[in-house]
Amino acid sequence: MKYLIIKNFHCSEQSVLKAYQIKFLSEKFPKIRLYVFGLRAKRGGHFDRIIRVCGILPLEQAMPFGLLKYGLSKRYPSKPDFVAPGDLKKSYDIVIVGGGGHGLAVAYHLACYWNIRNICVLDKGYIGGGNTARNTAVIRSNYITPESVNFYAEAVRMYGQLSNELGYNMMMSNRGQLTLAHSDATIRSFRMRAEVSKHRGTEIEVVDRQTIKEIVPNLELDIHAQPILAGLWHPDALTGRHDSVAWGYAVCAMELGVEVHQRTEVTGFEVVGNRVTKVKTSCGDIQCGQVVQAVAGHSSVVAKMVGIRLPIRSYPLQAMVTLPMKPFINPMVSSTALHCYVSQTSRGELVIGGGPDPYELYSTRSSLELKEDLAGHACEMFPFLVDVPILRQWAGIVDMTPDYSPIMGPSELDNYWLDAGWGTWGFKATPASGKYVAQMVAQQKVPEVLQPFGVERFYDFGLVNEMGATAASH
Amino acid sequence: MKVMHCPLNGPRNIAEFITFGEVNKMPVPDTVDDRAWAEFVFFANNTAGVVREWWCHTPTNYWFIADRHTVSDEILATYTIAELFPEPFNTGESDG
Repeated sequence: MKYLIIKNFHCSEQSVLKAYQIKFLSEKFPKIRLYVFGLRAKRGGHFDRIIRVCGILPLEQAMPFGLLKYGLSKRYPSKPDFVAPGDLKKSYDIVIVGGGGHGLAVAYHLACYWNIRNICVLDKGYIGGGNTARNTAVIRSNYITPESVNFYAEAVRMYGQLSNELGYNMMMSNRGQLTLAHSDATIRSFRMRAEVSKHRGTEIEVVDRQTIKEIVPNLELDIHAQPILAGLWHPDALTGRHDSVAWGYAVCAMELGVEVHQRTEVTGFEVVGNRVTKVKTSCGDIQCGQVVQAVAGHSSVVAKMVGIRLPIRSYPLQAMVTLPMKPFINPMVSSTALHCYVSQTSRGELVIGGGPDPYELYSTRSSLELKEDLAGHACEMFPFLVDVPILRQWAGIVDMTPDYSPIMGPSELDNYWLDAGWGTWGFKATPASGKYVAQMVAQQKVPEVLQPFGVERFYDFGLVNEMGATAASH
Repeated sequence: MKVMHCPLNGPRNIAEFITFGEVNKMPVPDTVDDRAWAEFVFFANNTAGVVREWWCHTPTNYWFIADRHTVSDEILATYTIAELFPEPFNTGESDG
């Protein structure tokens, strides 16, 4: 048995990264025992995070008996991320339907910032198995209305700090996003988006062809019949590992006492007067104080169970990933006219996504036509990709609203809260939606930043129109 | 390639068709209240199951109606408009 001892392991943000290196070493060389010296910090904060990531105890803590114990043990003392809770309790203060990024973020914020711990999150599948892991992981805030820019800019800022806040590595990477204009009309809308952002603290600017060439040297500017005329450069934009967003929120929420019940499908609700009193699930009925619905892809279906009709139409959205290649595109590149966007993950795969399917559907089966279109358009932007094989492909169901903005707010029932209509813009909003929906449920009052996004806006014709800034420019 | 059966043109590639949403009745604009009108404009049943929808075969601009399952993506039946609506549409507007 060999030992590797790492000295002077101070508790800082740097060391969280270092912890991942240690974890990697320990997995790669299982015969080498790893011990860490110099981890001096109070419990909590970074200390706990390092322990959680490494699955090891620092030597000072472990000495002398712990060392002996682990030295003799054949099992590595690692801690599982998820411990399945027991059966459902009879009643919860808050029931969150949907264990994706949004539902889990709401649970985490309620538990951490509002001290409400008697919460359960229900998911019919597994956490992060829906749209949280089906999007193309573009985090940006270059929208057109001040309401949206305010909201999404906060989400982008929160994402930048999220790995630190949750102690869970989401591999966030500040790549920037470049949206391409192929017509004068698009350039005009770009100018407006750049102006709005100037007043809202988001960095975006209109750039010319020369600058585009500098940002993405491999991009074909003279696309046949639709040459690229200008770009909208958004240096704030991030990308990251999307499923770890759900996992990070879940781990932290569970540490605070939230119960996450997977494979527990909501089958109906019992409504008395103007309140939901009972949530019926495949694992039994539970009583509830408040209910939050966060079920992207099935918003209309779940809302129908409590008798709510929503301004939502559901479509599949398809995406795919190529074989890994050497890094050659730094930012995320999105074309408005070709309905195609391309980015390269940290593994080197190209993620290619586009617009939704042409008609409403609840099926996540891909179609050859859409994939051919996507591949064709990606090759128009980067012609040298023609021989690159596709590695994986998938679809998610997107709940499109008429104005391409989400629905967050109260419903016609007193204790039923909506977090729906997240179409193709849900992942990028996850932390901000978690924060404000939690605040809304805890205070029983709609926060100012969410006021434009209530479902009532459709009755007042007070739409938050983001069609131009959303359609196929994720 | 997915095929749809057009009542006029027979089986064609679904890429030749576009949908115009569920068949529903428009409320009478003069008498309906604002809330109900907004519901008609923006809200949708968004059913997970069988829906009856307007479709159009774009090369011939031929309109018809189809029953489609929105979970299995099966097209169950297609109809000409006359089959389902033998009477002319009554929009509620007066002729005068």
